[in-house]
Amino acid sequence: MKQKKFSLIAGVVLSVIGGAAALADDLKIGMITTLSGSAGYLGQDVRDGFLLAIQEEGGTLGGTDVDVLIEDDGRKPENGRAIAERFLERDGVEIMTGIIFSNISPVVAPLTLRAGRFYVTPNSAPSQFAGKKCHENYFAVAWQNDSLHESAGLYANSMDYENAYILAPNYQAGKDALAGFKRYFKGEIVAEVYTQLGQTDYAAEIAKIRAAKPAMLFHFLPGGMGINFAKQYDQAGMNDEVPLVVAAPSADINILRAVGASMVGIPNSSHWNHDLENAANTAFIAGFEAEYGRSPTVYASQGYDTAKLIASALAATGGKVTADMDGFRAAMKAADFDSVRGPFKFNKNNHPIQNWYGRVVVERDGQFVNQITGTIVENHGDAYADECSM
Amino acid sequence: MTQLYLEQLLNGIQLGMFLFLVSAGLTLVFGFMNVINLAHGSLFMIGAYAMALISGMTGSFLLALILSLPVVALSAWVIEVVIISRLYTRDHLDQVLATFALILFINEGTTILFGRTPLFLDVPPLLSGSISLFGVVSYPLYRITIIGAGLAVALILWIIIAKTRLGMQIRAGTTNRETVEQLGVNITRLNTMIFVAGAMFAGFAGALAGPLTSVEVGMGENLLILCFVCIVIGGIGSIRGALLGAITIGVVDTMGRAFVPDILVKFLNPAAASGISAGLSSMLIYLLMIVVLVVRPTGLFPVARGS
Repeated sequence: MKQKKFSLIAGVVLSVIGGAAALADDLKIGMITTLSGSAGYLGQDVRDGFLLAIQEEGGTLGGTDVDVLIEDDGRKPENGRAIAERFLERDGVEIMTGIIFSNISPVVAPLTLRAGRFYVTPNSAPSQFAGKKCHENYFAVAWQNDSLHESAGLYANSMDYENAYILAPNYQAGKDALAGFKRYFKGEIVAEVYTQLGQTDYAAEIAKIRAAKPAMLFHFLPGGMGINFAKQYDQAGMNDEVPLVVAAPSADINILRAVGASMVGIPNSSHWNHDLENAANTAFIAGFEAEYGRSPTVYASQGYDTAKLIASALAATGGKVTADMDGFRAAMKAADFDSVRGPFKFNKNNHPIQNWYGRVVVERDGQFVNQITGTIVENHGDAYADECSM
Repeated sequence: MTQLYLEQLLNGIQLGMFLFLVSAGLTLVFGFMNVINLAHGSLFMIGAYAMALISGMTGSFLLALILSLPVVALSAWVIEVVIISRLYTRDHLDQVLATFALILFINEGTTILFGRTPLFLDVPPLLSGSISLFGVVSYPLYRITIIGAGLAVALILWIIIAKTRLGMQIRAGTTNRETVEQLGVNITRLNTMIFVAGAMFAGFAGALAGPLTSVEVGMGENLLILCFVCIVIGGIGSIRGALLGAITIGVVDTMGRAFVPDILVKFLNPAAASGISAGLSSMLIYLLMIVVLVVRPTGLFPVARGS
């Protein structure tokens, strides 16, 4: 029975090294990510970006043979916990990564850190781990949740909106998002509304926005939530009534593809875009499109950067992770890799200091894409670094 | 302000119509065959996927809507003959286990066939945009169409149940199944018919939901929980109860989401109010269910039952 159960799980877990069976002494990287449901493409793109970096090296990261164990958390914390325990106790995973949603990271990150392994997040970076609960073995590669939305607040300032209606799902990243937007936005907040995580119909919220007549709307609705909202917002004729300013997750390329023309002209902020000109980005986009036949989302860029960062640290330690904790940690902290977003370094709380760019949705050759309009803020850290005692 | 209340009322009724279309089949199957069918939401999903695929292939909304119905009917027929028909004599625990397995099976099958990426449909050009109602509120035409379709189905169902011989057999069977069987009615055939008809309503709702929300694996399950609340409030086995229960739940849920934060914000600071109200408004319908069950344990429109 035990044998049978093992083979079943082994069948689910994907081995990335050209389909060949992984050797037992390969470095194990555990990837717990969201692959199913309407936000499943977030995890798929993080995974595909991560695997692309490994493939470019022919199955290694920084010259070290790696075995990536990938499992779907279905956006449920209890799944995340079960997978994490299995990865840590049975599979001997040394680096944990992949988490998309901030209802799962507060469960998985402490488990990983208590077990004395490294936690490297390609997406979710809730406020607590940037401030009081910061940890020397915890690294956030993409951003701290708030800063993603701070950039949108700063961007909205440049358009002189006198007030804003703000909306996000009721979970940690949603709260971080609204806190982030409010931190630098100079106008008044008309109302602050939380919806259900995974909500599909926003008719009630849209009616309230219409009645409140705000100068602008900011929302944080990643994945399928954003697609549904954008379509319903358009059907209700709201695009003309209340303009939007959002952050990257509410205007990624998959959302633009699904919603189409009604999103043209929407300003949004991001730390990365397709048209950022640097050698790493050009190579990444060409490689991703050649491998997967689709344009990468911002999540793919984050997965790719995460793998590149880990590769740089592995190259420095000669493949040692838990065998050389201090060495690997220092090498991670040095962030000696070419990020696809350009300038990148870690703050003292192991969260990025980076530039934020303003973008606008345009139609180009029948495709809807984001185009950079300028830099919103340079070398921007996060608001919690001072609370971190590291 | 009137405009906002009216718009939210319409939103509530529109949600109620979805709930009614799914609840109608659920309450008939539960009332007549005494089967708890957790997989009813999967039929909603099958309808939505059929709609998405056929409209993708043909480009026609109407054709896809019409053709998705036989797809759902066929799926329901297979499910009834192969699995559900074996559950009539079993107890509720077996039914819950078997139909829960069906959910997993159908969800996984859909994932294998169509992948995990949700499908998105556009509202047909004829039904897109908003129109002005009563001169005060502008409301999306597609949502009005859904309300209309729901009411039409309710009317048709009422005529069948109240005015036809088939309806008489269904009503009689819900009250006392054995007697009806002894009187020579082919119960096996009637079971299949009711199950397939109920499935088609759910599938129809799923097909209509496609352009409004994303078509994805597991989309029916959240709705199903609400639908069980509807039929329990309305009285199990009663179509009238399902309609009333569905509209009540739709309106209460929408109004709760819309106005609870406004009320709470008067007493608490905005941050606390928005956090609490999000939780409170999703609890509201369950509170309502508790109140109804305390006052009327068999629901608002109980169906007489023989022992």
